[in-house]
Amino acid sequence: MRARGSRYLTQAIAKVLIWIAALSTIGVMVIILFQVLREGLPVLSHHFFLDSPKDMGRAGGILPMIIGTFALTAVAILFAAPLGIGTAIFLREYTAESRISHMIRFGTDCLSGVPSIIFGLFGFVFFVIYLNLGWSILSGGLTLAAMILPTIISTAEEAIKSIPKSYREVSYSLGGTKWQTVTRAILPSALPGIFTGIILSVGRSIGETAAVILTAGSTLLMPTSLFSPVRTLSVHFYILAREGISMEMAYGTGAALILLVLFINTIAHVLINRYIRHRV
Amino acid sequence: MDKKAEGRWQIADRRLKNQKSFDKIFIILLIGFLSLISIIVLLTGCQRSKVGITVAGSTSVESFAELLAEEYMRLHPDSHVYVQGGGSSAGMMAARTGVANIGMASRSLLSNEEDLHAATIAKDAIVVIVHPTNRVSNLSLDHVSQIFSGKIKNWKEVGGYSHPIVLVTREEGSGTREAFQKFVMKREEISLGSLVQDSNGAIRQVVSGDPNAIGYISLGLVNNKVKALKIAGVEPDPATIENGTYTLVRPFLFVFNGKPEGKAKAFLEFVLSPEAQNLLQKEGLVPVLRRPAQ
Amino acid sequence: MEIKEKGIEKILLLVALSSIAVLGLITLFIFEEGLPLIWKFGLRAFILGERWVPSQGSFGIFPMILSSFWVTLGALSFGIPLGLACTVFLSELIPSSAAVLLRPAIHLLAAIPSVIYGFWGLVVIVPLVRNYLGGPGLSILSGSLILGFMILPTIISISEDSLRALPPYYKQGALALGATHWQTIWRVLIPAARSGIVASIILGMGRAIGETMAMIMILGNAVKMPTSFLDSARTLTTNIGIEMAYASGDHRQALFATGAVLFVIIMILNSLAIFLSRRRTG
Repeated sequence: MRARGSRYLTQAIAKVLIWIAALSTIGVMVIILFQVLREGLPVLSHHFFLDSPKDMGRAGGILPMIIGTFALTAVAILFAAPLGIGTAIFLREYTAESRISHMIRFGTDCLSGVPSIIFGLFGFVFFVIYLNLGWSILSGGLTLAAMILPTIISTAEEAIKSIPKSYREVSYSLGGTKWQTVTRAILPSALPGIFTGIILSVGRSIGETAAVILTAGSTLLMPTSLFSPVRTLSVHFYILAREGISMEMAYGTGAALILLVLFINTIAHVLINRYIRHRV
Repeated sequence: MDKKAEGRWQIADRRLKNQKSFDKIFIILLIGFLSLISIIVLLTGCQRSKVGITVAGSTSVESFAELLAEEYMRLHPDSHVYVQGGGSSAGMMAARTGVANIGMASRSLLSNEEDLHAATIAKDAIVVIVHPTNRVSNLSLDHVSQIFSGKIKNWKEVGGYSHPIVLVTREEGSGTREAFQKFVMKREEISLGSLVQDSNGAIRQVVSGDPNAIGYISLGLVNNKVKALKIAGVEPDPATIENGTYTLVRPFLFVFNGKPEGKAKAFLEFVLSPEAQNLLQKEGLVPVLRRPAQ
Repeated sequence: MEIKEKGIEKILLLVALSSIAVLGLITLFIFEEGLPLIWKFGLRAFILGERWVPSQGSFGIFPMILSSFWVTLGALSFGIPLGLACTVFLSELIPSSAAVLLRPAIHLLAAIPSVIYGFWGLVVIVPLVRNYLGGPGLSILSGSLILGFMILPTIISISEDSLRALPPYYKQGALALGATHWQTIWRVLIPAARSGIVASIILGMGRAIGETMAMIMILGNAVKMPTSFLDSARTLTTNIGIEMAYASGDHRQALFATGAVLFVIIMILNSLAIFLSRRRTG
């Protein structure tokens, strides 16, 4: 029958088109990574990682940027993790669906949609100027904390949600209080999931540029305290790439960035898989 | 228990054991991570007072100030000099409010900034650049102004190949743009259709990649990827800047709130020393100190 | 014991209010800096004004609003078809063993910093556009292309989740009734996963509107009204990003006002997304 034939023709065309589209999309993505890595990997040496930049960034290494990235992320997690996990515990264990929980969820959802430049503006006017912290690791880290808070809240919530009711029932039946239940029965099992969420947030904050430039400054110097300004890897890459100071250094920094993000995400995925398989 | 249930029980039991050790690993990792963070916090200290000086302001001066700071800290390993951008006007405000010890400006002080103390550390020329393959090598100031205001739209009107001109300028608020506006455009407005880049280096990047682009940057930033135009026949170089025939010249200022003293004064003295001025000259600026005749 | 428990509950309540607190602070400070200027300048003049020349006190952001619109639209026109294609590809056209490998790879791509995409766009796409299509290369077209690629992983992973979450009888039923694979995908599965797919698109749109650094690198940042896809342009985000460092006084307030407008737009889009995704689970 003609109708039957044309159905299969449509299917064949559609499938071919989709294969082409999908493969070319994936291809382009791979090319992007490949190009940066190809130009950048040769630049990576232990000098590159351990030296400070010299000559306005044309030579030397990226040690201050590595430290800066690490420090900013550490501060961000230090503030966001307790707040996020606490919020998740509260939402899951201490309230039912109520006005409060709806409000909190609404706030979290909205926060997750705010663009990074707005966080940058906020961080600049609130941390740098109003609280007089200046351009510093502290300002940058606190701003980043605000940015990753929603992610930590939702992944922690998922982790806690997926713990079977029986855990709680057993704990209560043994005479435990709510808090004891949380800390002894629920949190230990939820920790892998929470940890994964934290690692994913780390990945995101490493790539953050707009908010960081406005709050942590862009000095090339090695930071000496939490109040020092600092440049992160993404900021360094951005500045090098735009100013054409040294394409070599730019590619090197880019490659370092990609490798770092790859590494962190791989760990997160390995953890997610093991965690999911553990959930009996 | 029958065989199947027995097997399932063993699997569940093993999973429980794995889970326990797995979770132990996680708790250990978490504690380790948190202690690492606390160690960093403790080591880096929490005092607000900076042991060094902050130099903030024009991004045109910034890269040279960074170079000077690098050298200064090499000679005096105990000192810290933090260089920050932000723009000439922001630098003035920072100096006045004390947020920065030294403000940097790439233009002369405005009338409402007369209360601040300014020291010229170098002179910089604004240079109009085009792509190296551009046929045009020389333009009158008037032509430059008409090009940037959009009145002249095509290269062929000034002797080049026929192609629309691509304008590149700095962003509003930039000291370099203000200087360009003052010296070249005068009352004319820079065309709203021009590409805008937020640093001189980025302008250089764009012009070096587009055969039809024209922009303006610091003399010190010109490299072999772009071509500097002669203005009314005058080539921009230290000689013509010195003797005044090249007129698009602006001062790089270090600005202080009152007389410079202490660490800020020490840095200023270094910057005005022959070694530092030599450094600046190598980078393409015009030193303010006359070199000893030898 | 009771007191301790009650105390802990109160503490946790305070902690949980932190996200609302942060949101509130952001709203407060951004509007506090930006509103006085909108008040002084006039809301209509601000939003509909076509001239942004801070040195002359002109603060019209209409060109930026238009550019944000066009760039986002462009990004979506690349991102949605390609994203859907990849989604279908992942969930239906390749064996699940291959999909298991590909899926984390897609998540990885979502984590690549946007400045890397921007850089690649600057080095590869911009010259291509300039040499083959004309204009300065730094254009809405280039920006849309790169932005489209940036939002692809978001669209793909969420849409794919929606497709995979469909009960198997959707597919089985359709096939049993004699539909071809493609007909099943196109007429049954995708419409069924519609709300999830739409939610992913809105999320992608949010990311597109909020992108700053890569767009500063690629769009050219001209401040006039965009008239063609080959024109250079400036979005609301890049306007803030490119002039923030140097701004003071009225100029700075105007940038915060731009931020406030952006904030409102994003809030509206966000609420839409939340509403749609709640409908999906509800």
